[in-house]
Amino acid sequence: MFDFSVATAWIDQGLRNVMSPAWAITVECVLIGVALLAVYAIMALILILAERKVCAAFQCRLGPNRVGPWGSIQTVADMIKILTKEIISIRHVDNFLYNLAPFIVILGSLLAFACIPFAKGLQALDFNVGIFFMIAASSMGIVGILLAGWSSNNKFSLIGAMRSGAQMISYELSIGLSILTMVVLSGTMQISEIVERQDQLWFLFKGHVPALVAFVIYLIAGTAETNRGPFDLPEAESELTAGYHTEYSGMHFGFYYVAEFVNMFIVASIATTLFLGGWMPLHIPGLDEFNRVMDLIPSVIWFFGKSALMVFVIMWFKWTFPRLRIDQLLTLEWKYLLPLNLLNLLVMVVIVVTGWHF
Amino acid sequence: MNPLKAHLQAICPDAAFQDGSGPVLNMEVGPESLAALLPHLKNDPELLFDFLEDLIGMDFGEKVGAIYRFYSTRHGHRLHIACQALNRENAELPSCSPFWEIASFYEREVFDFFGIRFVGHNDMRRLFLRNDWTGYPLRKDYDLSSEANPVKLQSEPLKDITQAVVATQSGEISGQDRALFEKDEYVVNIGPQHPATHGVLHFQVSLEGETVRKVDVHCGYIHRGIEKMAESMTYPQTLAMTDRLDYLSAHQNRHALCACIEESMGLEIPARAQYIRALMDELSRIQSHLLFYACFCMDLGALTPFFYGFRDREKILDIFEETTGGRLIQNYNVIGGVARDLHPDFVKKTAEFIRYLPTVLPEYHAVFTDNVIFRQRTRGIGVLSREKALSYSVSGPCGRASGIACDIRKRRPYSVYDQLDFEEVIRQEGDAFARYQVRMEEINQSLALIDQLLSKLPEGDYCAKTKPVIKLPEGRFFKDVETARGQFGVFIESRGDKYPYRLKFRPPCLPLVAVVDPLASGNKIADLITLGASLDYVVPDIDR
Amino acid sequence: MANYFSNFFHALKSLLIGMKTTLKIFFRKKTTERYPEKRGRLHVSERYRGRLEMIHTPDNHHFCVACGICQMNCPNGTLNVESRMETDAQGRKTRVLTAYRYDLGRCLFCELCVRSCPHHAIRFTNAYENAVFTRAKLLLTLNRPGSSLKPKEESPAAPATPDAPSGDAPRTAEAGKTAASPGANPTER
Repeated sequence: MFDFSVATAWIDQGLRNVMSPAWAITVECVLIGVALLAVYAIMALILILAERKVCAAFQCRLGPNRVGPWGSIQTVADMIKILTKEIISIRHVDNFLYNLAPFIVILGSLLAFACIPFAKGLQALDFNVGIFFMIAASSMGIVGILLAGWSSNNKFSLIGAMRSGAQMISYELSIGLSILTMVVLSGTMQISEIVERQDQLWFLFKGHVPALVAFVIYLIAGTAETNRGPFDLPEAESELTAGYHTEYSGMHFGFYYVAEFVNMFIVASIATTLFLGGWMPLHIPGLDEFNRVMDLIPSVIWFFGKSALMVFVIMWFKWTFPRLRIDQLLTLEWKYLLPLNLLNLLVMVVIVVTGWHF
Repeated sequence: MNPLKAHLQAICPDAAFQDGSGPVLNMEVGPESLAALLPHLKNDPELLFDFLEDLIGMDFGEKVGAIYRFYSTRHGHRLHIACQALNRENAELPSCSPFWEIASFYEREVFDFFGIRFVGHNDMRRLFLRNDWTGYPLRKDYDLSSEANPVKLQSEPLKDITQAVVATQSGEISGQDRALFEKDEYVVNIGPQHPATHGVLHFQVSLEGETVRKVDVHCGYIHRGIEKMAESMTYPQTLAMTDRLDYLSAHQNRHALCACIEESMGLEIPARAQYIRALMDELSRIQSHLLFYACFCMDLGALTPFFYGFRDREKILDIFEETTGGRLIQNYNVIGGVARDLHPDFVKKTAEFIRYLPTVLPEYHAVFTDNVIFRQRTRGIGVLSREKALSYSVSGPCGRASGIACDIRKRRPYSVYDQLDFEEVIRQEGDAFARYQVRMEEINQSLALIDQLLSKLPEGDYCAKTKPVIKLPEGRFFKDVETARGQFGVFIESRGDKYPYRLKFRPPCLPLVAVVDPLASGNKIADLITLGASLDYVVPDIDR
Repeated sequence: MANYFSNFFHALKSLLIGMKTTLKIFFRKKTTERYPEKRGRLHVSERYRGRLEMIHTPDNHHFCVACGICQMNCPNGTLNVESRMETDAQGRKTRVLTAYRYDLGRCLFCELCVRSCPHHAIRFTNAYENAVFTRAKLLLTLNRPGSSLKPKEESPAAPATPDAPSGDAPRTAEAGKTAASPGANPTER
């Protein structure tokens, strides 16, 4: 299997040959930043198109079919349009916070994006508490949403922001606990290590029942965390028109939009990494011939394939279920998911200690 | 009928009675006697008129006044009371709102259009027009010129103050200011442009966190003055307006007006035309309920089932278009029958459709009806008790969900409904889920009805012959039909011309909007949206 | 406790059934109408009322005697029949149509004009692409330039629309069909 660290090491070596190590690191940082931003934007475009196509198929429609073959460059056209749109300045808003909020949202999501192991050796940020960092970084988005709701000076926005605050803080717990369950199983918090340790068997299979429970809870909580249907209360368009981003226009709105979609991908890719082996091919212990065939498929394809599947499942949720009400949302978290999660964590610890996993 | 008349005579000796057609008692009283009569009407065990069908403002010529239409669900009696105010300039009538809560809306409409103040009314504001409107448009001496009411380019500031009309001890009538909202209430405007108001309707909602405290409804954003326009239109021309009221029940509305005109002329309708009308009515009902399903899903955030509803509704619209030439505005019923015969493919396509729909309805239920989120969001939400529903004159599926047997097709069969076999769907719960279930079950009933109608469809003429100029004899004529949203009534006062002297529609949706406040108070914002969707009002029907 | 768990699993089951149903529909044939691609092949009901049209014979004659009944019957003031008095060869004064004005923007498509016309001079076409950029373009003149009333000797062709019940005896069979002619644009004022 191709290891991307060979390529990155080659670039690093090349740079060090022509400049001082300090300069080389600076240049590398810039390169990685630009690359990440580019991938981030492209990812968003692809996801928006995918969402529109998938939702259309669920709804007996064709979806975008005008721009490019099968509407494939529709989102590119949309991007150009939104870039040219005016950012309307509104009276009575808290200007500084209002303009700052979208960047905080983007920043949080970009930092989390940087931790994703796209393929073997292809990961921007990888250190010993990687998972911990990722949870911390992705929680930053909530600050942006609350700021947006508050600074817009709009009653709908404020209600949306308050809902969002209640929702995200609640579901952060579930995400944290279900990730913790998997950290117990893997024994490490370093993301690359977690993937490496699934080379025999993916954690979803290795941890059997508690892993499956954690997986389902993670998917539910992750969907809630990204404010997507059926948990899209903060922007519930039939109640609050657009919730916290009602007043935003042009690219400021675009930031929220892009961040929402990439956050969905981040949730899907964490699920992939923790439960489905990340970029690790499907290995079944004992079937060496089968494992060798699987290894022929590049790790990038494995990663994106699994993430795409997860993204599809999250979209499937959104386009099937009606929206929850705020009290149902909190009931689900505090009365069902949280107790179940704590119990599940305990079961997982027992299983790991006694070695009852595969 | 006689015992009722004698009983009323005893209560109200100075009442004048006219023998109306059919099982309706007509009486005329003065304002003072009416004030004394109202509590009896509501509470007297022999009267028990618990349902105020309509309150029709009238310019009688010299005086202005109102016609009250009462119905007793217990005894089945119907009573029409005409009452003229003593004074044209400062017209005053006793308010019914303490006894029938819907009257607070009906009376605001009459105040708006005729300038009659109702003594005892708590909230005497205009219902449809702007507060700075001059004159009362449905009075016959109203100044129609554009100088009197120029088009105003400024939006109207919302006032949080209303007037209560009270009578003092000495009998003087005065208005007292009353605040709608307190100074520090968190008031959110839902509408007039809002995805969940199903049109240009405006709710001022006072919130406490996520909880709704009070809802104040503002109507009239698309009021077109159809009733006023109709006064200068010939009868065939007025028909063109009915399709534009509740556009989802276009056929039924037009059916009501046509039937009213035909009955007052004594015109006999060919059997085939009756069957075609009933067929179209039932198809309309299905398409309206399918749209209800779709919009309910969308308001609750389930966007996919929305498309299922619309996909199947489209099939009905195609059937409509083939025969009537229109999808939403069909213009199909005419005085004497229907405009054209059924399209040759109609029977085949309709039969296909009633076979097709039962194959997809289980999918509807699998995706939405059985969904736990949906059930928890609608069960026990917005419970409309039977008493409340009667007091608010709620009819149609919403009334039946609260246990009122109010299906006009069963109670007062018109067209060919007395020859057909169908069930009146009634539930007792009165919550949003019951309203949903009633409509979904009505789809099945309508499918069965269409099946019967198709098999019984007679050959023959599709339209009776009428004179080129249609004139109605003098008199007051009423007709009610059951539209997809409830009791749609037509009232025509004819003075023998080819134009109606007064044409009034009873909108089934006005009571539905009136109950939003009592139902939503104390619930969450999300429940307000659920309620609106489950009541299924159509705004052009409120704003006629 | 048992209730708590049975509720939970019941809820989960209902959600899974919903997901199964949507997935089934995911793979089903789509119902989107591909409008501009299928233009011309789209099925339009022959009774569809797209726009009012004055019937003209190939030799540019129409049947309108400018009596104004349609104008009187229109509920919304859509029609305006302009005419002048002319003295014909026999010295009789007759009304002659100069312009038949039609405001598409005000039309209710109620068909009262067509149904009331004693000479079957007008009908509705199936043209459905009526969108224009300015309101002025909705003001149409329906009689073609240079057209004139069809001389009396020849009786008009079969009526283009079913007879108005107020005029003739009702008929059960479908009368002549309104031909689709989206190409024949009336001249714009």
